[in-house]
Amino acid sequence: MSRATAGERSRAFLLVAPLLLFLAVFFLWPLGAMVTAAVSDEAVSTVMPRTAEAMADWDGAGLPPQPVQRALVEDLRAADDQQALGEAVRRLNSAVSGFRTLLTRTAGAARDAADPGAVSLPAVDPRWEQPRFWLALKAAVPRYTDRNLLAAVDLRRDADGAIVNADPEAAANRVIMARTFLVAATVTLACAAIGLPYAMLAAAATGWVRAALLMAVLLPLWTSLLVRTAAWFILLQNEGLINGALQAIGLIEEPLPLIFNRLGVVIAMTHVLLPFMVLPIYSVLLSVPRNLMPAAASMGAGPLRAFWHVLLPLSLPGLLSGSLLVFMVAIGYYITPALVGGAGDQMISSVIAFYATGTANWGMAGALGLILLTVTTLLYLVYGRLSRSPQLPGA
Amino acid sequence: MLRVLQTLFGLLAVAFLMLPILAILPLAFTSSVFLTYPIPSWSLRWFEELATADAWRMSIVNSLIVGAGATVLSTLLGTLAALGLRGRVLPLAGVFRTLFLLPMVVPAVVLGVGMQIFLARLGLGSSYTGVILAHTVLCVPFVVVSVSASLQGIDPTVERAAMSLGAPPATVFRLVTLPLALPGVVSGAVFAFATSLDEVVITLFVAGPNQRTLARQMFSSIRENISPTVAAAALLLIVGTLCLAGLAALLRRRDKRLIAASAP
Repeated sequence: MSRATAGERSRAFLLVAPLLLFLAVFFLWPLGAMVTAAVSDEAVSTVMPRTAEAMADWDGAGLPPQPVQRALVEDLRAADDQQALGEAVRRLNSAVSGFRTLLTRTAGAARDAADPGAVSLPAVDPRWEQPRFWLALKAAVPRYTDRNLLAAVDLRRDADGAIVNADPEAAANRVIMARTFLVAATVTLACAAIGLPYAMLAAAATGWVRAALLMAVLLPLWTSLLVRTAAWFILLQNEGLINGALQAIGLIEEPLPLIFNRLGVVIAMTHVLLPFMVLPIYSVLLSVPRNLMPAAASMGAGPLRAFWHVLLPLSLPGLLSGSLLVFMVAIGYYITPALVGGAGDQMISSVIAFYATGTANWGMAGALGLILLTVTTLLYLVYGRLSRSPQLPGA
Repeated sequence: MLRVLQTLFGLLAVAFLMLPILAILPLAFTSSVFLTYPIPSWSLRWFEELATADAWRMSIVNSLIVGAGATVLSTLLGTLAALGLRGRVLPLAGVFRTLFLLPMVVPAVVLGVGMQIFLARLGLGSSYTGVILAHTVLCVPFVVVSVSASLQGIDPTVERAAMSLGAPPATVFRLVTLPLALPGVVSGAVFAFATSLDEVVITLFVAGPNQRTLARQMFSSIRENISPTVAAAALLLIVGTLCLAGLAALLRRRDKRLIAASAP
């Protein structure tokens, strides 16, 4: 190929530029906004800028020096945005209870005082002589914090700033992450157990059988995810087709609990993700010469032996990239667990959605989102290394 | 013995894949208020509900508005970018291509949280513009992939031939490149529309009550109070998607024929 001229290069760049700009603004920036929300903690620093500045000079031993106390009084005098002040008070009160009354009383005294320099905080409220209130204030004034990131993995900082395990009653995230990985791993195994033989069958078949087997994989892939989840909802419910059929043939008396539990989630997710397993294996097997299995048989290998020593090793690359793909998509799943799972089957995405839309806690939603994003990106990088084209099948 | 096992496994697997989709369709025509078999008698009442109930009718209109907006925008941006990525003229083309495909990989919930924060900051929270922009991000990779594949199939000698006959670059593009790439553009647009139609998670985060799409309405209907309207909507989506997929497949076939015809 001839080397591109500068004109050709700039023309190509001009063509790419609009999408580049669009994705930078509406894709990368939102992701950045999420990460920023995870690490920023501006509730206190916006209301108390002077205190934040003065705190920098205090090492945290004993009680803070006079300039810090004076800065706090001035900040409270100047605070005229009641909503922002309320946010700051809430943030501090969640760190040390009692801060609400303490700050309300101090703010009142600061406003009433003629000279802010003459206000003595311990005289306003004796609690100012306790270092723990000052330490909580010192911990809350920086603009950036690792509090949400630590809380996302059930850790927190104690009064000395050391990282310790969070209180057991506030710690649920590790359990949910373990559950997310467990569900994703189960689904990946189920997909591999069905997908590997299925792909082999499809690759070995010819004519209309192969066409039908492939159609049965592609048709669900083209069908709306929501339709498939709704379909499983209908099949799995207590009055659903599966329970109805089992009861009609007399196998069971009472309906089996198939929905709103782990089993239902795994069944529905396996159905949704199975094409992502079948297609990579199938495309790998297509490049395997068709006479290898007969060759193995002609040399005396039984079907099982030939499978184990010839077909399985050859299909491993497809199995590996299919498994990575299924696992990667499964850990971010939201809709299927939300609709066919019970309260004990919710995965990390549900928790993120809960923090974001339920309680508007952007910090926690962002921190958990950052973890999910990091894991997914790492898996994608490995997937991209393994399969030469970084493109997803079905696209 | 092995043959029998293979056939049995194949049948069971096909049943597992197809049964759910086949099972939901007849329930769209039930006269009962429950989504259960056997169906007491046939009726079109749930389609009537779909067409007349405000929440459902509005959601269908919204899906069409958002889908059309996202399709136009993503097809335009994606086609231009695919043209720019063509022929490895651009340095770092691989990096750009990876970036353009990234929205397919990032978990929807993560993008949803970021989008919600970002659009609210722009003042676009709960607006059609916001939902269309968010959907466009998700649709763009499909257009880039589809148009790139189509462009890759074009034989450069055809374009060179046109140029050697004295056609200026713009004319070559208009009369040769674009018609040959058109099937890829259209099937990219079809994929984009289908993606937008099926999108729930991001919509959950960025849309207000006035921008509820059909998929979003189905989601809350399944969650809160499932009725056969969901089956009717599902039928609508399946038929719609199959028509679109058929159109895309038809165009791909034409694409192949055109490429075969354009080959020397």
